[in-house]
Amino acid sequence: MSLLRYTKDHEWVRLDGDIAVVGITDYAQSQLGDVVYVELPEIGRQVEQGKEAAVVESVKAASEVYAPVSGEVTEVNDTLAADPAKVNADPMGEGWFLKLRLAHPRELDGLLDEDAYKRFVEDQH
Amino acid sequence: MRYLPLTAPDRAEMLAAVGVDSIDALFADVPAAARLIGPVDLPRAMGEIEVERSLSRMAARNVAAGSVPFFIGGGVYRHHIPAAVDHLIQRGEFLTSYTPYQPEISQGTLQYLFEFQTQVALLTGMDVANASLYDGATACAEAVMMANRVTSRRRAVLSGGLHPHYRQVCATYARFVGFELSAQDPRGGEKLARLIDPSTSCVVVQNPDFFGEVRDYAELARACHDAGALLIVVVTEILSLGAVRPPGAMGADIVASEGQSLGNALNFGGPHVGLFATRDTLVRQMPGRLVGQTVDADGRRGWVLTLSTREQHIRRERATSNICTNAGLCALAFTIHLALLGETGLTQLARLNHAAAVTLSERLELVPGVRLLNRTFFNEFAMRLPRPAAEVVEALAVRGVLAGVPVSRFYPGNAAVADLLLVAATEMTTAEDMDRLERGLREVLS
Amino acid sequence: MSAHQADDPGSRLETFSGNRGLQIEEPLIFEQDSPGHCGVDLPEPAPFHSRLGGLERQGPIGLPGLSEPQIVRHFTRLSQKNYAIDAGLYPLGSCTMKHNPRLNEKLARLPGLADIHPLQPVSTVPGALELIDTLAHWLKALTGMPAIALSPAAGAHGELCGMMCIRAALEARGDRRTRVLVPESAHGTNPATAAACGYTVDPIPANATGRVDRAALEAKLGSDVAALMLTNPNTCGLFEREILEIAEAVHRAGAFFYCDGANFNAIVGRVRPADLGIDCMHLNLHKTFSTPHGGGGPGSGPVALSATLAPFAPLPWIVHGPEDLEFIEHKTGAAENSLGRLKGFHGQMGMFVRALAYMMSHGSDGLRQVAEDAVLNANYLRTRLADDLSLSFPGPCMHEVLFDDGFLKDTGVTTLDFAKALIDEGYHPMTMYFPLIVHGAMLIEPTETESRASLDQFVDVVKALAAAARSGDAARFRAAPVHTPRRRLDETNAARKPVLRWRPEPVQREAAE
Repeated sequence: MSLLRYTKDHEWVRLDGDIAVVGITDYAQSQLGDVVYVELPEIGRQVEQGKEAAVVESVKAASEVYAPVSGEVTEVNDTLAADPAKVNADPMGEGWFLKLRLAHPRELDGLLDEDAYKRFVEDQH
Repeated sequence: MRYLPLTAPDRAEMLAAVGVDSIDALFADVPAAARLIGPVDLPRAMGEIEVERSLSRMAARNVAAGSVPFFIGGGVYRHHIPAAVDHLIQRGEFLTSYTPYQPEISQGTLQYLFEFQTQVALLTGMDVANASLYDGATACAEAVMMANRVTSRRRAVLSGGLHPHYRQVCATYARFVGFELSAQDPRGGEKLARLIDPSTSCVVVQNPDFFGEVRDYAELARACHDAGALLIVVVTEILSLGAVRPPGAMGADIVASEGQSLGNALNFGGPHVGLFATRDTLVRQMPGRLVGQTVDADGRRGWVLTLSTREQHIRRERATSNICTNAGLCALAFTIHLALLGETGLTQLARLNHAAAVTLSERLELVPGVRLLNRTFFNEFAMRLPRPAAEVVEALAVRGVLAGVPVSRFYPGNAAVADLLLVAATEMTTAEDMDRLERGLREVLS
Repeated sequence: MSAHQADDPGSRLETFSGNRGLQIEEPLIFEQDSPGHCGVDLPEPAPFHSRLGGLERQGPIGLPGLSEPQIVRHFTRLSQKNYAIDAGLYPLGSCTMKHNPRLNEKLARLPGLADIHPLQPVSTVPGALELIDTLAHWLKALTGMPAIALSPAAGAHGELCGMMCIRAALEARGDRRTRVLVPESAHGTNPATAAACGYTVDPIPANATGRVDRAALEAKLGSDVAALMLTNPNTCGLFEREILEIAEAVHRAGAFFYCDGANFNAIVGRVRPADLGIDCMHLNLHKTFSTPHGGGGPGSGPVALSATLAPFAPLPWIVHGPEDLEFIEHKTGAAENSLGRLKGFHGQMGMFVRALAYMMSHGSDGLRQVAEDAVLNANYLRTRLADDLSLSFPGPCMHEVLFDDGFLKDTGVTTLDFAKALIDEGYHPMTMYFPLIVHGAMLIEPTETESRASLDQFVDVVKALAAAARSGDAARFRAAPVHTPRRRLDETNAARKPVLRWRPEPVQREAAE
């Protein structure tokens, strides 16, 4: 069973067993505009919750993508190099950024669930 | 005042429209203590005649390079600029246009910069070049910082043959940006490959070097790459690439160069034009502006500034550098001059330069006490004189000959180089010029 | 060939050539190559022995060959695709796009100024030293500061110089500070420069009047703050009225006050920045002092320095010796604490000549008039457009006026679309989306070299566009521009698949395969 959580920086994390898949939300991609490039971390890198894990660039902006949870990078989405548009077209699916082996599963408890994130986004306007 | 279109009636009506009594009301936010009552203590407005007289008087106090036999190089070279170049760059649409942020009305600028980028890549034998930087020295410092980012290391090895100003600029950036330099002795004898260790981000060499020597850096490139470091090659005389094997063919990762020799006058050292080229895999780490090709809404080919997320106005703290500008009009002058030369003209011009330097070197070697130090050179070489070169140069200046650069000007107090003189010859050097230098040297040294 | 359809903004009469009257479709020089051709005639040298040590080029460079008529035509056609100050108003906030006097170009080309080498014996260039010293004198008098560093090549380079001097001064007194305060409205070069010098950047918000929030600033001051970087007038076109109090607070905390002088055109000749308490300020010769923008450069960014910071100024220095001007190129004597070189050779001499000619032409009285006319022109635009656009902050402005996209709400037209429609009307757009502290910013700076008629024409067009947006004519804006050599370009594609140079086509195979 997979667990989906969100951060206030508009990242999502989906837990499959002890591997967490991370990406940016639909709201984030719509704010950025057309994504032109994604800078992904190296496999094996240790990331800390709340610290920069990746960078996503559009024509007019570059944004840090912060790790929603701490862990070790086990896989990155290499297909984004050739087709960064996936981040816009399918941010929750094919536009995923990286996978982490969780260091501290309890960190997920502090994140927003689907409803809380929806409310958070509405409050932004 | 001729540059101010508003008339007194205009001002009065506009103040009324704005709803204030006087212009002072619009400066009300200035603290009273800081308001100047009258004009600053400087001369009042002058017409064109007076300004021209004033600056012409200052100009007339200088010895123009073209008025005497002239042999000075040292990183800035006197070449002939075809008449068409200066006329074209003074077209108002080039001279008075802004950075091409609105591409629909800047295709002229964007297209010539795309041509410039292509020319620089072709000359240097690299994959891609940017739209220029301030000058060769800052391009060199930017190259080192790029190597640091790419390798995640912070120690750069600088050849002793690197132009001293470039070395000094690197040192300034190293101190404040936070990285290390291992700068080698200009007197030579360096074994650069042995200085590469796991903390080395790059090795920086110059070709031809500061003393004019031309070398093959292919082996050094391999040594760098084996150790995970980058090879940066600096070229201060861009014309040399009309004759010499380019850095790209030697395995360079970054080329940082001065482009002044094409299209740009001496101008007492500025403005000039920095060239920067690298490999495709490193393009996103390249500083400076980049022009890219694309299509418009009607499907027609056009150009835009691109990959701008590297730059400071977007990344702010995370920018790859704080550079906000390129050399614009100087890059245009370079592009036009090189377009006029083309493949055959550049090759021929390089031959003329090398031929002049070879002829001059052979003549000067015959002067008693003078020894040529170079095994190889392009259009500049180093000579050891029997006396300190600085005083020889002064004595020759008195005789109306600008004989070259004494190396001591860059390394004062370094006894080992006090007798060294750098001499340059270009397509502008005549046989009479060479006569005057040879005779002058014989006189001064006897 | 289709007939012109007046109601479709995207269609135009097709020609056979693709050209449109004076607008010519001009290929790249690489696509016009006549191999072996040349635009110069050069002699053949007498036979000589190569001293290249066998390191000759082994293959062609790949440069195209064209004749002079072709080259002149090529670049002339390119120039005709550019907007320029000579052709029209650039209402670009913070850029100061004023007229570039041609006298400056003439004087910069005098052989005694253009044909001198930086490494000539100093005794052969006393006029160059005199010119540079005269420029320094004018800039020191206008800023009220005792010293000026002239070598930085552009504004951002000047900022770097200033922040390096500050850091050098702090290190010299053994004071290790790690933070720099920067307003949120600041230009991106400010935080980039601070970060480049090893500082962490701490942003300060603006208050409701568009000025920096003094309480927030003072709360952030501490013994670890190296400097405040402030633009004054600020990027909203407003004078920081509490600047004296801010300077005092910054100095009490032992920090330095850096001023970004990009907007000096608003106060030149009326205010001396030294009297505002600043320690360090860069100037843009290509903004306030009319040196031409040249399509992106070259610029020049001298830095005015306080007595405390002066010892750290970069090389070279020109100082008044007992008899003559002296040229100091090394860290010796008075310059022993200089931070070294930031650039090769001596600075942007070509721009010094132009800026000095400009200043002498105006004189102290003319320069004061420049600031007054610049401020008057901006306020005139503010007054006439306040009902049509949304003014971000109430009250008078300085030399530039800030609007935001509030007036475009519910029209379906963005700031970008509005700007593109302005292009069709024959204007370069204003500065957009900067500063970041308002939504959809439009920053307008007319400068003092625009006539009243020019301003009135601009106002009429902007009013008409604003009315068109509010009346629901969004299609006009989204299609714009249609009358330009190119319509909107695909920047996404350019960034996703960068093509940064021309490459020759691969050789085609002859046989059908």
